[in-house]
This record gives sequence, C-alpha cells and structure tokens, in this order.
Amino acid sequence: MLELAAKDWPAIALGALAVLALALLPLVASGYVLSLLLLLYANIALSTAWAFFSGTTRYISLATAAFFGIGIYTLAILHVHVPMAIALLATAVVGFLVALIVGLSTLRLRGVYFVVFTFGLTELVHQVVNWWEMKINRTATRYIFADVSNVTIYQVLLALALLTIVGSWYVSRLRLGYALRAIGEDEMVARHTGIDTTRVKVLCFAISASVMAVVGAVLALRYPYIDASIAFNNSRSFEVLIAALLGGPSRPWGPALGAIPLMLLSEYLSGTFPHHFPIALGLCFVVIVYFLPGGIAPLVERAYHSWAAGRGFTAQLARLWRT
Amino acid sequence: MGAAVILFEVFLNGLLLGGMYGLVALGLNLQYGVARILNLSYGEFFLGGAFAAFFSIMLWKLNPLLSLFISLPIAFAINWLMYQYLMMPLIRRAPDQDGLDADVVLVTFGLLFVFQGLALVNWSGEVRGYSFLSVPVNLAGATVALNRLAAFLGACLLALVLFVVLRHTRVGGALRAITIDPLAASIVGVDVRRYSALAFAAGGALAAAAGMLVSTFISFSATTGVEYTLKALIVVIMAGVGRVTGTLAAGLLLGVVESLGGYLLDPALTIAINFSLFMLVLLLRPTGLFTRA
Amino acid sequence: MSGAMARPDDHALLSVRGLRKSFGGLAAVRDLSFDIRRGSITGLIGPNGSGKTTVLNLVTGELRPDAGTILFEGVDIFGWPAFRICRARVARTFQLVRVLRFMTIRENVMLGRMFGSEPVAPAAAAREAEALLERVGLAGRGDQLGAQLTYIDQKRLELARALASRPHLLLLDEWLAGLNPTELKVGIELIRLIHRDGTTIVMIEHVMEAIRALCSRVLVVNAGEMIAEGTPRSVLSDPEVLRAYLGADDAAA
Repeated sequence: MLELAAKDWPAIALGALAVLALALLPLVASGYVLSLLLLLYANIALSTAWAFFSGTTRYISLATAAFFGIGIYTLAILHVHVPMAIALLATAVVGFLVALIVGLSTLRLRGVYFVVFTFGLTELVHQVVNWWEMKINRTATRYIFADVSNVTIYQVLLALALLTIVGSWYVSRLRLGYALRAIGEDEMVARHTGIDTTRVKVLCFAISASVMAVVGAVLALRYPYIDASIAFNNSRSFEVLIAALLGGPSRPWGPALGAIPLMLLSEYLSGTFPHHFPIALGLCFVVIVYFLPGGIAPLVERAYHSWAAGRGFTAQLARLWRT
Repeated sequence: MGAAVILFEVFLNGLLLGGMYGLVALGLNLQYGVARILNLSYGEFFLGGAFAAFFSIMLWKLNPLLSLFISLPIAFAINWLMYQYLMMPLIRRAPDQDGLDADVVLVTFGLLFVFQGLALVNWSGEVRGYSFLSVPVNLAGATVALNRLAAFLGACLLALVLFVVLRHTRVGGALRAITIDPLAASIVGVDVRRYSALAFAAGGALAAAAGMLVSTFISFSATTGVEYTLKALIVVIMAGVGRVTGTLAAGLLLGVVESLGGYLLDPALTIAINFSLFMLVLLLRPTGLFTRA
Repeated sequence: MSGAMARPDDHALLSVRGLRKSFGGLAAVRDLSFDIRRGSITGLIGPNGSGKTTVLNLVTGELRPDAGTILFEGVDIFGWPAFRICRARVARTFQLVRVLRFMTIRENVMLGRMFGSEPVAPAAAAREAEALLERVGLAGRGDQLGAQLTYIDQKRLELARALASRPHLLLLDEWLAGLNPTELKVGIELIRLIHRDGTTIVMIEHVMEAIRALCSRVLVVNAGEMIAEGTPRSVLSDPEVLRAYLGADDAAA
C-alpha cells in the first residue's frame, strides 16, 4: 500500500524532524506564540479537511462553520457528563451524522442544491441551537469546565493538522482518491466507469465534517464559556475557504500553505481593522479565483522540481510567470 | 371564533410576506435562469434598496418610494458591470454549467463579504427600521398592516410588469429563449451575452426594489442580506428555475408555511421551517414543484 | 415485428422490449424492441434526433426508462444506476468525447480498471494500463495529461478507458465522427480488432462506410421507433430508411 522510493526518505526524515521540533516548541516558546500556532494548526486541519472533499469533487461546501460549531456544542454539552476522550469521539460521530443527513438529501442531486443547502446550514444550526438553549437551558451561554493546558491543546491540534494532511495524502493514492478526483473532473464519466458517485460523495463529505467538528471541540477547551454566536460564525467558513484556495486544493499540503499567510494577515489586520479585513479578504478571494485557480501549490511544486533538476533560477521565474 | 380569526390573520400575513419572497426570488430567477449565474451576493442589493429607503425617509424626509430613483439605477449598473467584467471571464473558461457554478459560487461568496463588509463599515451593524404606513387595515375580517398590504400590491405590480415583458415583448421573448436553450437562442440570432447581462442587471434592480418594499415593514441590519439571498435561493430551487408564475407561487408557499409554522411552533425558528420545507421539496420533487419533469 | 418478439430473449446478450421514454410531452423513444446477440457487431443508425443516443442512455442507466424490459445476460437491469450497469460489464463512449483533462492518460485508463467489473487496486491498474494503451495505439504516452491529446487520441483514450472495465458489451456513440479518411481507416480497423478479441459491439453511427465495413446487422431508428432492421445492404437500400433520412420529397426524387 505504501510504496516509498529511496529518494523519498530524505524528505520524510526532514519532515519528521520538523514535526518533532514543533511538538517540542512549547518548552521554549511563549504563550502568545503557542496560541498563534495552535490556531494555525486548527486552520490547517479545517482547510485540509475542506479541500479533501470540496477541493477534489468541486462540490463547494460553505458549511465549515456549521460543523465547527456543532463540534463546540457537542463538547460543551457532553464534557460534564462523560470523560473527555468519549466527548471528543462523540463529537466526531455527531459531525459525521449531521453531514450524512445533509449529504443524503442533497448530494444525489446537482452541485447547486448542495451549495445552497450548505450556504444556509450555519445560520440554520445557529438558530436552532439558540432556540434550544433559550427554551431548555433558559440561558444562551454554556460554561466549559475543562482543565486542559494550552500545551496539550497545542499538541493535539498539531497532531490533528498532521493527521488530516497525511490522511488526505494517503486517500489520494487509494481508489477512493481517484474516485473523488474523477467526480470533480467529470461526474458523468465517473458514473459510467463504475464509480458509485453518491456513496463516495456522502462518505467523504461526512468524513471532512467529522474532522471539522473535532477541531471545533478541541478549540472550545480554551474558552471559559461559549454561546451560539461564538460557535457559529460564517466568516470562519470563509477563512477556511480562502486558505484552501490560496494554498491550492489539489495537493494535500496545499491548504496548509495558504493557511500560513492568512493567519499572519489575520493577526496583523483583523485586530486593527475588524470590518475592513473581510473586504480585503473578499477581494483577495476574487483575485485568487481569477488568476490563481489552482492556488500557489502547483507553482511551488514546479519551482521545486526545476530547482531539483538544477535548471537556471531566472529561467524558472520566467516560466512560473507565464503559467 | 377568536382562534380562527387569528389563524386567518397569520395565514394572510404569510401570504403577504410570501408575495415579497416571490418578488425577491424573481430577481434571482432572472440571474440564474437567464444569465446562469448563481449570485450569492444577491441579497446585498436587496439590502442596498432597504438602506436607500431608510435614508430617504430618515435623513431626507422623503417618501421611501423615491429612493428607487437612486437604488434601482445603481443596482442595475453595478450588476451589469459585475456580469460583464467579473462573470464573463468565468463563463468563457468554464467547461460546463457545473464547473461554472463552482467558480461563480466562490466569486460571489467573496463578493458577498466585500459588500457586507462595506455595509458594516459605512452603516455599522445596528438594526434599522422605520415607520411608514403602519396603520391597521381590515381585510376580510382580519387586521393587517397597510404597509404590508401596500408592499404586497407593489410586488404584484412589479411581477405583472415582468410577466408582460417576458410574454409580450421581443426582449422578453429573447430572455425566455435563452432560459430554455442558450445555444439554440444564439443560433436563431439572439445576442445571448447582451441579453444575459441585461437580465442579470435587471435581477439586481429587482432585488433593490424588493428591499425597498420590505423595509417598510421589517427591520434590517447590514448582515440581513444573507437571509434574503437564502430565501430567494430556496424559492427559486423549489419552483424550478424559469417561470414567473411558478416562482411567485413558491414564494407564497414559503411565506405561508413560514408564517403558520412560526405561529404554531415558534417564530424564532423561521430558518429551520424554511429549510424543512426546502428539504421536503428536494426529497420529493428535486426538479422543482412547478416544472414539467 | 413486435409480435414475434413479445417475450425477452434470455439467450441474447442484450434483450430490450417495449422501451419507452418521454421528456415532457415529447416521446423520444416509443415501444422499442430488439436483441443483440453475443459476439455480434450491430449498427444503430437513424437521422438526427431519432432517439439513438437516448436508447444508449437508457441502456447504460444514465436515464431511467418510463417503461419496458431490459435484460442483460439474462439479468433485469431496468432502473439500475449507471455505475452498477458498468460493473455488470456494459461500457460506453460519449458522443462528445469526454476525457479527464487534468489526469494523466494512464490514470484515465486506470479508472476503468479500478471501478469496473473486476476492481483492482491502483498499483495493479497502473501496471495493466500500459497493455490497454498499446492496444488502442497510445503506447508509451501514459504520463501525458488528457488535456494534451489531439481529437483522435482522445477518442482512443476513451476507448481504452471503456475497455479497461472489461465489458462484455461495448456501446459506441458516434465514435468515428469527425475523422479524416486516414483516421477513419485506422479507427475502423481498431474496432474490428476489438470485436475480434471477443467484445460484442453496438455502434451508433452516421458514417455509412463504417457501418458497411463492420456491421453484420443494422437497426434503423426514426422518431423513437424502429423502422427497419437487417444487413447493411438491405437496410441502406430500404426506401423507408431513405425517406427517413432525406425527407419524403427528396426520397421520392
């Protein structure tokens, strides 16, 4: 299953070293840096999970925030009743089930129905949760009584980010990965080549939703309390989308590449210009769709290949620009 | 006796509201049915119409109807430019409708945040509302607000105009031909690009008009655009893209179900009710309630 | 014609009875019945809009018939989804050639092998793809992208992909359309080879030269109905067939 050539080992060793370094970072880094990085890992996990389904099949899901919020709420509700590990597992299951329902209703039909449904899903879940909380709980907020350190959360999110990237890479080499890409390129051909397109779509959508829910749950542990407005925020769907598209949804490591500049931009701009930031993002987004439809990942990859093949650097720049 | 009257009032209000939903959906129907663009930023133009009406009456003490002289041309122009310079490149490079939809959805989603951001920056997130014609009127034994009734009649008028244009003018004929089959239409000499741009722009203008009408009786804020985009999308998909009458009927259905559902269950659950109806239609008749499958 | 074929033929490879499909008020296929014998190569001809591609779409599960029976290898496949029919060993090509442009040629072919009737893992599919590419004349080009192919090479690729799913029945939708005389000769030879290797073929065509060269039997469809059937020679000189293609006035002339 895992066929690795001899030439791959140096890259893998380097990667493993980097991961180790990141995992041990908490020993030396400040709380601020840790917080920044763990948010980055969360975004990497979210955008990679998004690209896993929407990047390959081109069924654009605008519902990342919905599953993220579902994760937060499932954890908030369960963590006082069951051990943390069970709560997190339950989160994955709930995210999976909700996506299953949405998927089975809309993924048998054309992409338009799916997009529209996911467009409203965050608001829908937001409203329902709000209503339920007011009716049953008589209060909009829920308290989180978790005694989990920032360091643990950092490491868990690092692991999640890695898991999603590696998982995405692994699936791309399986038949399932080929099926996803075939669906994205030409679904009619996919059908007639023997691919059960509905099953593939629903399954992969549910998997990605499940991951998003877990990320939400883990991040929730950092907050003393949550409410529906914190949990369900449409701009999160948007940021995840940008990270994935900017980085490049066609490579497993693509979205991670996009998440980094986005995080930096977010850190420095959103604090000072809370309303201008979405405008700038929206414009970047439009630019990406027009001029960089594949994101920067293919360009980076090409640059790396030419560099590895030892060709002239300026010639490479010229070729990059033309494509 | 009392309960029946209340129920009837709820139903009637739902009908009046549904007329507005139908109107909002008509604009989107033009954009998606003719120009084949699924515009997720559609509701922001609805909002533009609402804000223009608001400022018209609150700042300049003018009848909000007059705001249409500003909001309609602006909405028309912006949408026309959007089609020509933002959508055309996508149309040119898309291999098929599904590929186009994917690109268009992403771009208009981005535009949504741009427009909404601009609205938030300029007008803040406060909820706005104003009082206009809010006098009770007796209609068949039930009491409804005059502004709702007037807005409904305004919507009917606009829908009628649209219907007449589509049925009895050359422009309308061209638009209908493009909706059915753009390739065939171009073969018989219809300038598909020009008419699609026209339809797209007109759709945006209709959104602004609907926004103005609705603002007379419902409060709104800079973030309300999304809600109406969603309602318009649901109505258009439920009706099946195409005919004016179908879209209006689906809008009325949505309005009535929402109103009754809100009354019988909880008014705080309107989106859930909308979605339940949507899902029901998707499961039972995905090609649309009023199309011939 | 329909009386003699009232019951579906269990021994035929494909047996269709009373096939019907309407779109809105328009009847695209009306009460169509025919059998395809194993090992045969049959032509399906008719003027544009006569319903030929619709028949193909109905048999391959792209469309759901309104009525009728479809037996493939004795199994009732009515209402089966497209992927299931493909796995049951029915493969097709498309009227407007559909090649996956951003996948390599090899990956295109692999799809058929990975998800068809005898699915295998990607590695095995990759190994076997080369033989198929050689068969259709695309040897050694496995790493090229679908987008880089010329028209005729795209057609070859589609054929390879269809063959990769190891079909017992191959349905070609105007596969020879748009080819110049040289390419046409090569294409006809290719189909002949595939047929000789044991695949039953039904080909929708307008290129009569190919029909004459390849088909032992021809079915003629017009306005959704079968109007003639027989050898290429008898069918192509049938006045009713000529009338259908040329229009009543021109046929009389």
